[in-house]
Amino acid sequence: MQKITYLDKPVYIESFSAVGGLEESRGPLGDKFDLIDEKDLFGMKTWERAEGEMSRLALNIALNKNKLSPDDLDILVAGDLQNQCVASSGGLFTFGIPFLGLYGACSTCTEGLLVLTAMLTASKNYSRGASVTSSHNCAAERQFRTPIEYGAQRTPTSQWTATAAGAFILGKEKSDIKITSFMPGRVIDGYVKDQSNMGSAMALAAYDSIAAYFSENDPSRFDLILTGDLGSVGSSILEEMLCEKLGENGRTISSLHKDAGLLLYDLKNQDMHAGGSGCGCSASVLSSLILPKVKSGEYKRIALLSTGALMSTGSVGQGDHILGVAPLIVIEGEDL
Amino acid sequence: MENSESYKRRVKVHSPHSKLLKNTLSAFLFGGIICLFGEIIANIYLLLGVKSEDVYIWVTITLILISALMTGLGVFDKIARHAGAGTLVPVTGFANSVVSCAIDNKAEGYVLGVGAKIFTVAGPVILFSLISGFIYGLIYYFLTLFI
Repeated sequence: MQKITYLDKPVYIESFSAVGGLEESRGPLGDKFDLIDEKDLFGMKTWERAEGEMSRLALNIALNKNKLSPDDLDILVAGDLQNQCVASSGGLFTFGIPFLGLYGACSTCTEGLLVLTAMLTASKNYSRGASVTSSHNCAAERQFRTPIEYGAQRTPTSQWTATAAGAFILGKEKSDIKITSFMPGRVIDGYVKDQSNMGSAMALAAYDSIAAYFSENDPSRFDLILTGDLGSVGSSILEEMLCEKLGENGRTISSLHKDAGLLLYDLKNQDMHAGGSGCGCSASVLSSLILPKVKSGEYKRIALLSTGALMSTGSVGQGDHILGVAPLIVIEGEDL
Repeated sequence: MENSESYKRRVKVHSPHSKLLKNTLSAFLFGGIICLFGEIIANIYLLLGVKSEDVYIWVTITLILISALMTGLGVFDKIARHAGAGTLVPVTGFANSVVSCAIDNKAEGYVLGVGAKIFTVAGPVILFSLISGFIYGLIYYFLTLFI
């Protein structure tokens, strides 16, 4: 069973940043990003390096916002969608901060925040650290799908990997946003083999984590329950299941549910089919839209579940089901 | 939780289908336009004095050249998003699949990048057209022995 950790001493989110590309700038959150490069290359020559550079820029901005230097960070946890997480290691090694690479597919944003929170809580050696997450549409298309310039029609259930990165600096010093509890999710069989329908493959994992967490927590104390990238298909499946299976609680959760993949883009005008996806999707939405609202007091308590579709081109080619995972953290505003 | 069958039914209900009628009509329209364009340039080549048995080779080469250029300029995929099978089925789709792979893998070098990966999308088309050509040839050969 999943174990929920309630922190006696919360961990604080001191600083955060969001970096994005062209499509992200055209979306409803475009003006809320800290940095946009409409060429999607961030001054690099390849998409893969551009993703690393996005991570570097995101961390740099987050450091600058709080007038911190890399030496102020004791630990760096980061992940992306590329093989062996080369975007994170390649983009962030110049900071010279001890590094842990993470792979949770699109769940990496929550996974990173969860791991970092646990480390800061567990050891007095760590007083401040950063979690960085990125994805790049073109790098992901090349790795998982077809060449960038290949002309094909996408199915209505397919999602668009976000070109975006988010960096979060966490510490023990009091600030106005805090992480108060966390719960790793289980790996759940999504029963779906179609990699153009990943929202459906991840909806069960989101349901599993939500059901576990809210079996002992009252959803009406929350202002928002944010999933990572279920998109329109996965979201409607999740909401239907919540209402069917969890009764009154389920209906409350369903009414509080939003999905980062549906917030990042203007679905109709940007031709995004079922919505955004990728590690950068929930990271940038959290950073550009959600955390400022927690800071301002509009949201008092939110649950974040970035959803990861665990698969590779090999596993999909061999007909394996796509598995899902959805770690959960709770973020609250702090009255200073 | 939920078992495999009931979840698959749920996914089916919630997953929107491709717009079959719209996609078919636009494929017909775009494919038709490409074929019409092919006929026009065939007639131009004939007027320019190209032999009638060579003219369709020239048309094919021209369509490949235009598709390759449009792929390189980043326009092809934007048209294909609406045209679908209309641009995929004619030789334009084949040219696009080869050139897009070449562009994509250039960063990994000309031999192991472009050279090794240029046919990753077009490879199956080449392989199975060769195989079907071979089988057709065999059938034709044995039929002509008796007829």
